Order: sequence, then C-alpha cells, then structure tokens
Amino acid sequence: MTAADAMSVNVTAVDVASVDVASVNVTSSETILRRAGDRGWLIECADRHPAEVATSIRAQPWASGLREVVPAARTVLVVAETAAGMGKLAAGLRTVLDGPGARPTGPPPGRRIVIPVRYDGPDLPGVAERLGLAPDEVARRHSAGEHRVGFFGFAPGFAYLDGVPESLRLPRLSSPRPRVAAGVVAIAGNQTVVYPGGTPGGWHQIGVTTARLWDVTAEPPNRLAVGDRIVFEVVAP
Amino acid sequence: MTVTSAAPGRWVRTRHRSPDPGTGPEPAVLRVVAAGPAASVQDLGRPGLAHLGVPASGPADRRSFRLANRLVGNPEDTPALEVTLGGLAITLSTTRHVAVTGAPAPLTVDGVPVEGAPRLRLRAGSVLAVGRPWAGCRTYLAVSGGIEAERVLGSASRDSLTGLGPDPVRAGAEYGLGPVRPVPAVPLELAFSVVPCGGPATVRFRWGPRHELFDAADRHRLTTTPWRVSAECDRVGARLTGPPLAIGSVDLPSEGTVRGAIQVPPSGEPIVFLADHPVTGGYPVIGVVTDADIDLVGQTLPGDELRLVPVH
Repeated sequence: MTAADAMSVNVTAVDVASVDVASVNVTSSETILRRAGDRGWLIECADRHPAEVATSIRAQPWASGLREVVPAARTVLVVAETAAGMGKLAAGLRTVLDGPGARPTGPPPGRRIVIPVRYDGPDLPGVAERLGLAPDEVARRHSAGEHRVGFFGFAPGFAYLDGVPESLRLPRLSSPRPRVAAGVVAIAGNQTVVYPGGTPGGWHQIGVTTARLWDVTAEPPNRLAVGDRIVFEVVAP
Repeated sequence: MTVTSAAPGRWVRTRHRSPDPGTGPEPAVLRVVAAGPAASVQDLGRPGLAHLGVPASGPADRRSFRLANRLVGNPEDTPALEVTLGGLAITLSTTRHVAVTGAPAPLTVDGVPVEGAPRLRLRAGSVLAVGRPWAGCRTYLAVSGGIEAERVLGSASRDSLTGLGPDPVRAGAEYGLGPVRPVPAVPLELAFSVVPCGGPATVRFRWGPRHELFDAADRHRLTTTPWRVSAECDRVGARLTGPPLAIGSVDLPSEGTVRGAIQVPPSGEPIVFLADHPVTGGYPVIGVVTDADIDLVGQTLPGDELRLVPVH
C-alpha cells in the first residue's frame, strides 16, 4: 500500500513483525477491512449481515470494477479486477459501510420461494430417533418457518440456508457420503441445504425435492440468491 | 522437419502458402494420441461466480497460457491445453501453427527433436509430442484458431475441484479447431516462460487477512523457513512442508478466499491455493501470494524450495 493510499483510508497500524499494514480499522462502524492479496479486501461485518453488505456494495457505480463480491458467514470478500487503486477501493467500501441506512440491519428482503419436499430421506428415521420426535414431526418443524439463503460455498450452487429450529439441530454425520444427488434436502447444525448434485455430503438427508435450484446450463444457473427466503412445503411421498 | 525455426533463438517468418479456412468438407481437428498423466483443457476460467460457489479455475500459470495464445494469434482467452508433467502427443488434421510455452519440455515432431522454438508449424498428420519438463511442471499448447471444447458457465476450463468444464484430456479425444488466425510477428526471443529452476524460488506475498491470529514468532518463521513443496500438490493448491506453524485452536467461520491464499490448517503446514481453489475456506489465511508470483507457484514440483518474502 502506498502512503497516499494509506492516508485515504484511516489506517490503524497493526503490530506485525514485518511492519506491514494489512488491515484497516474502520472504527465508526466497527467494521474491519483486512487486506486479502493484491486485489482483495476482506470485510469483517461486525453487527451487519454479510448479505446486506454485499448487496450494498454491488449497488455502487464503481462495483463494475469488481471481479468478485463473496458474502460468507461473517465476512464479505471483495476482489477488484486490477491491483490499482486498492486504497481508493477501501475508501469506497468504508463509505458504503458508514453511509446513511447502513445501521445494523437484517439481511435484504429477498424473494420468498416455496420448495416442495418429500420427507422420506434415508436419514429421517435416525434423525427422528435422535431428536426424540416422530418423522412427521421432523418434517413439520423443518417446513414450519422461513429459511434464509446465507451464502454459497463448498461447491457450485451449494447454498447454506439458515433458520433450522433449535429442536432439529444435530452435528454432521461422522462419515460423509461420497456423492449426493441433486435435490436431496439435508440438515446439519442450524443450517439446511438442497444439494446441487455431484458433491460429497455429510449432512443428514431428510427429504428430496424435484425443484431444480442449480442448473449449469441455465442462465443464471442459480434459482436461489443470497437473501432469499425459502419455505419448504410438505408433499406426500 | 516441419519446424519453421531456422535455429534456436532465430526465427524466420513464414506465410501460409495455402490458406486453410478450416471450413472445408473435412473439419479441422486436433486428435490426442497420448494424454500424459494430467492434461486438461483450459481458458481463462469463470471469474465472477464465486458468490455462487463456483471457483474461478483457469490455467495454473496464466502468464504462460496467455503467451501461448498470443504466439499463434489467438485472443488470450482461447481454449488451449494445459499439460502437466508432459506425456502429451497430438496430431492435427490440417497444418497449423502451434505454440508451446510454460515448463520447458523436450518436444518432438514425428520423433525428431525440436529445439528452441516456442512456435512451430505442425503439418497435418505429424505427431507433436511433449516430454517431461526439465524444470517446472505445466506446459501450454495452443493451436492457431484454438480448440473447441464444451463450455460450462461460460468457460471451457476443466475445474479439478468441482468437475465443471470439459472432461479430462484422454487419448483418442478429438477437438475441433476454430478458424485459422494469422500468426503475429511476436519477437520470439522474448517469448519465454518463468519457471522455478536451480535453487529456491522467491515468492512474494502480502500479509493478511488473518495474520494477526499468529504470533510474531510464527510470522517470523513463515518468512525465514525454506519451505518445500510436498507431494500433495495439484491444481487446487500446493502444500508446503517445513517446521509447522502453531495456530492453536482457531474457530474461524468459512470466508471467501483468493488465488494465492496461504492457508494454515491445524497441521501448521501452509497450503498455497492455486487455480481450482475452493471459494470459501475455514482455516486462517496468513498471507496471499502476489498476482505476479502465483504463476510461479503453479509451476512448482514436489521437492522445490520456496522462500516467502513479504511485500507492502
């Protein structure tokens, strides 16, 4: 980072053995920008939802100069097309993070998408037994509320959906399956997923949907987007 | 000999005497005679989709890939072959210019050695073979007009992590060729690739985003240890071996990662992410190799020594 860059972004020097300024504290929003390579900033979102931060960034006129905006569990990674102007980019990001309407909020409203699920997955009986519930009750609780698309990761089209009720939370399988078909609905921890197909999987498979949520031949390939609200609807086996 | 180079380091420009539009009754085809251990079709990948969980992929050594395409007059993003550790042999149904860049490897045309020519004119039916490189591991072979391969999400890159893109290159596979392009007058004496060769490779990196999770002694060790590339290296990443760093019990939720990220798993032995790296990771990233030097890491072999040097 050049001296001019550093001046524009309110740098708080970090105590690093090799004297490098790799993170920038943006104290007014308690959000931290951390350097992620020549062209990247990793935004630690503090009390703001990464999906909302990502949406705000994408709405900026200068966002066309960005190659990637990747929201995750607590962070947003921003990667520029070129390494020029990383200080200016940090200043722009800070403006978004500090701007009006950028107070702590929930995720953006998103769309409401209903996904029909047949609750007859191979792990459903075991899940029900471990939770002390009837299989029908597992299905009822899984389909009762809304699930929010938190972020994509792990594999193409693998959307982490938040909002699994406390009563359904289980750790992952001790041994993942080598390959899980598209449409399998599974749970682990406070998250649920509709498998995009062709990936390994260590989550508990409780059902299946015929809805195609990820299709590499479609434009766009994703039917779900970060921030969308998902409702599972029980359909008869 | 079908090569148009008069001597190593000297180049005689030739023109096509009989233009080949590639549109005759016989389609122009590249046929794979032998595939070698790990050849794949690549273009410049599928950037911009990381928020959907799609890795960027693309060549492990982008600089050599672009050079190969430029040498035969193709746009830089044209699909070409990435050959790992040699073993590839191809033949064309029509005479075309081909360029071979990246890890320097013994080349033969119909068994006759070719020397000092990053670009050559390969006659229809002749077999061009790429041997095992004597430095580096990835050699790029581009054909004038480019090869035609399945595109997935806008790219013909084979992503070894997710399986997106064309199938791995196999013996007997055939690829159509695009319309022939005029070969530019590139000063070929400048057309060399940078690969690690003779002694440790200096690899520059930036600290962050999670270097603060490591104490000063470990950060110091990262930059003073001569790291060796282990046998665990592929297009996803290269694991380095050396005295392990201590990361303690870090509970870091998954976050976005970039090519070049130096991720430190609980073993304490760093992994440098390459072209097919996952879009998110849960281990702390102590630093990121610079754009300028990550292609060099993409050329390293097990046993190669790296020195990690921080830049500002």
